[in-house]
Amino acid sequence: MYPSRFRYEAPRSLDEAIGLLHDGGDYAKVLAGGQSLVPLMKLRFASPELIVDINNVPGLSYHRTEADGSLRIGALCRHADLERSDLLKTTQPTMAAAAPVIADPIVRNRGTLVGSLCHADPQGDWASVVLALGGSVVARGPRGARTILLADLVTGPFQNILDPDEIAVEAVIPAARGVRSGGYLKLERRVGDFATVGVAVAVETSGENVTRAGIALTGVGGSTIGATAAADALVGRPLTPDSIGQAAELAAEAARPRTDHRGSAEYKRHMVRTFVLRLLSRGDLAAERAA
Amino acid sequence: MTLVYEDHDDEAASDIPVRRIKFTINGDKKIAEVEPRLLLAHLIRRGLGLTGTHMGCDTTNCGACTVLVDGQAVKSCTMLAVQVDGHEISTVEGMATSSELHPLQEGFKEEHGLQCGFCTPGMMMAAKALLDSNPDPTEEEVRWALSGNLCRCTGYQNIVKSVLWAAEKLRS
Repeated sequence: MYPSRFRYEAPRSLDEAIGLLHDGGDYAKVLAGGQSLVPLMKLRFASPELIVDINNVPGLSYHRTEADGSLRIGALCRHADLERSDLLKTTQPTMAAAAPVIADPIVRNRGTLVGSLCHADPQGDWASVVLALGGSVVARGPRGARTILLADLVTGPFQNILDPDEIAVEAVIPAARGVRSGGYLKLERRVGDFATVGVAVAVETSGENVTRAGIALTGVGGSTIGATAAADALVGRPLTPDSIGQAAELAAEAARPRTDHRGSAEYKRHMVRTFVLRLLSRGDLAAERAA
Repeated sequence: MTLVYEDHDDEAASDIPVRRIKFTINGDKKIAEVEPRLLLAHLIRRGLGLTGTHMGCDTTNCGACTVLVDGQAVKSCTMLAVQVDGHEISTVEGMATSSELHPLQEGFKEEHGLQCGFCTPGMMMAAKALLDSNPDPTEEEVRWALSGNLCRCTGYQNIVKSVLWAAEKLRS
């Protein structure tokens, strides 16, 4: 399968890339990892007139902790970089759990976290993880840079609020207000398949009490679902079997699954509940609370 | 290298944007003129005649088209040919020398790692990327590294054995 014809530009700086997008046609797309965009173009679901390939723009492959404690992930940081990252393993349990289950190992060599967020696939794993962590995306355009909360970035399936001449240059995970714990569990029929159910849990505790919590769901609705009521049920008190059970129930209620070839709606809702219970009841969470 | 385009009456070939790219494939330097929408897999198979790289699903699922770009395994049906400008590609044709099989090829022969053979080039390239970075993988690590490559014949058992066989041979 071939994509339809397009003009291709491979700029060597961000300013040049933004300029190309600004001057380009109505339908320009940024190419980073291309692991979602190229398949869409081959299937002719997307037929951009201009492709601005940012792979030659230097200085976008990073992921690092800033002085303010936030984690920044550049637009060319690949899933594989995050999978191998010691920084994530030691400071970002939810992200470290998700990185190895994104797509498959070969796709992870090319695909990017920021691209995945912008792609806004309701089945995307990173969107749930970043939503649970209260993360955002920094977009740069001719009028400067702006920070957009992930919850505001996605406007619908495969749709985001970026202007045609804006580029998402990095994702930002805010600094923790306590000890971070959590994880990501994904039920998939086989490696590389979309999630039947995915659950991201991100908890921050200070002393005994939970100071912040985020729970987000993949694959159980028309969009990534932020289970805010479930997360709120955890905040301001210690994690107990009671609060965990309550959060699991509320998360299951927040799910909007549909019966399809991956499973029945009832089964998916049940798995949401089970995953929240598992993630919050895990030994490592208890150990970190004790520490 | 010559690429032949369809002659659409309303669209002269001169209007088709073609870019000149330079790259290395299996150690040989090449220059090609490619339309931006040409996929890397098609450049390799049709442009260069290296048909060892197979096209299976054409939808980024099966991994039959796996090649190495700068030593990293990629699905060549999901990368534009124009993107390899300035880069190094390795395909299955680059594995054996004229007199000797690569230990991975030998391993697939010794351990019966293939039946129909369609997935084999992709399996070997994914395995090569693994062994280049991890010469002594566990069985679990081999399975993990090959989890983006589908095989419908073998049940994977012998493929994993083949890769472990090759790893041992390469270490000795």
